[in-house]
Amino acid sequence: MTDGADAIRPSGRRPGGLAAIVTFGALVVMAGLVLFPVFATALNGFKDLSELRTNPFGLPRVWMWSNYWSILTGYRYWQVLGNSLLIALFTVALTLIVSSMAAFTFAHLRFFGDRFLLSYIQLGLLFPVATAIVPLFIKIRGLGLLDSYWGIILPQVAFSLAMSVLLIRNAFKQLPSELLDAAMMDGCGYFRYFIYVTLPLSGPILSTVAVISFVGSWNGYLLPLIVLNSESRYPWTLGLMAYQGQYMTSWQLVLAFITLTILPAIIMFLMAQRYIVAGLTAGAIKA
Amino acid sequence: MTVATYAEAQPAATAYTEPARRMTLNGWATVVVFLPPALLLFTVFVFLPIAEAGWYGFFNWNGYGRPEKFIGLKNYGYLFSNPTFTRSLINNGVIIVFSLVIQLPLALAVAVMIAGRLVGAVWFRMIFFLPYVLADVAAGVIWHFMLDGDYGLAGAITTALGAPPYFLLADKTWAFSAVLIVVLWKYFGFHMMLYIAGLQGIDPALLEAAEMDGASPFQRFWHITLPLLGPMIRLSVFFSVIGALQLFDIIVPLTGGGPFESTNTMVSFLYYFGLTRMRIGFSSAVGVVLFIICVTFAFGYQRIVMRDD
Repeated sequence: MTDGADAIRPSGRRPGGLAAIVTFGALVVMAGLVLFPVFATALNGFKDLSELRTNPFGLPRVWMWSNYWSILTGYRYWQVLGNSLLIALFTVALTLIVSSMAAFTFAHLRFFGDRFLLSYIQLGLLFPVATAIVPLFIKIRGLGLLDSYWGIILPQVAFSLAMSVLLIRNAFKQLPSELLDAAMMDGCGYFRYFIYVTLPLSGPILSTVAVISFVGSWNGYLLPLIVLNSESRYPWTLGLMAYQGQYMTSWQLVLAFITLTILPAIIMFLMAQRYIVAGLTAGAIKA
Repeated sequence: MTVATYAEAQPAATAYTEPARRMTLNGWATVVVFLPPALLLFTVFVFLPIAEAGWYGFFNWNGYGRPEKFIGLKNYGYLFSNPTFTRSLINNGVIIVFSLVIQLPLALAVAVMIAGRLVGAVWFRMIFFLPYVLADVAAGVIWHFMLDGDYGLAGAITTALGAPPYFLLADKTWAFSAVLIVVLWKYFGFHMMLYIAGLQGIDPALLEAAEMDGASPFQRFWHITLPLLGPMIRLSVFFSVIGALQLFDIIVPLTGGGPFESTNTMVSFLYYFGLTRMRIGFSSAVGVVLFIICVTFAFGYQRIVMRDD
């Protein structure tokens, strides 16, 4: 597979001979090193413990489908995935709603203190959640949100606001201002303009923000760790750690469990690779 | 992270596009409805906690009742005389140095290799980026297995050599290198992708012109590619440092801060020695130190290094 563009470049030739082969060989070796832990994890999930000990990196001699089967038929796996999905979907929805509304005002309305408020929210770009995690814990406890999904969702949204407001506002400002002028002239208010013009035209940036916030929430660990007590509410990251703690001596089960829990991310990545890569890197570059 | 740049670019743009639009009742209504949710969430869950960390840091407080035992800067004194904390500060520094000296050059090299006209470029890109979308915790557990002296890769190697099993994760001197391995595995694809994006923005005509003028591949890289990648490199340095400072998720499943508390980072120290023991004042002080480091770095870096980007 080659990039189509390469073929039509003026000098259109590939680096020839030895150099190309060495480069290619080096990349293949590195790709192998990167993929090896993932494959080793998945394959070793099919072994029994004694084989894991004697033959950790070959194919399983006997495929123990039961390792995977027991996890897939238990409710625990589905529960942690369901919890993660619920938390991530609410986080994404709320992030999109709250930050696009704020971004809209910052993009189109001039009022006393607007610059100040924008800088205020952008303070969030300067430090990670971890710096505030202790008082955040006290705050969540004070609000009675400990051990609830909202105790995770709301802080996740709040900490992603700085980045998402910035990204969305910049995109909103790129829309031709004649649109707004025309709409105003026709007696369309800001609310309707926002819903019927701005949002439909902003698909790409909204999906970028959605990808960033979904991946961040799906993979989140620190926040659920301090907020949740009940195992029935654990997202998969906490569920994985709990599972590992419980089956410490049965690596094959832990490996099968990891494989199954990272599977949704891998499938999503393979299916929507282009969007996910673009979303995660574009988010970093544009902000 | 171009906060400064945008702020400076704004006045001119707004002056031209929006002079005619006066603030109407409808406009005010929009502000009043659209802005408060964001401001409220940000204030309650981001701004206040940071401010409160500064306040709690002055108290000896177990998190129950009100903070009353004011002890001034003593928490900070305890902190910097605590060898585990200084060790974790050093560990954060080691990750930063490792990222800048090993990870980023490697990512750049791979990006250049892939961006050339190469068979399978799309696949390589995808494979190298894959670990970045997996959760840090999962990466930590996977590598805990890989490095396990009885079952994992380490076990297989020692068995093959007929050597006694070696437990890297239990080796006080070398355990932290495991953290570096996982950081490299997990994050170099992200930096590679930034560089690839940067490389795609370079006009190939420049490189061809240089080639025609007889510049060697190395000269072309050094004098054309590298300077033009400058903004992207500065960006990836920024993310490396901020990411290294807040590293936590990998530590827990991989080493849990051990052996002998040799592999903690600031955040894992905060968690294990502050939060789990409900030493709220003390761990707030750790948060404040981390905050000061992050903000100083972010501000300084944006003002000094990234001012032209």
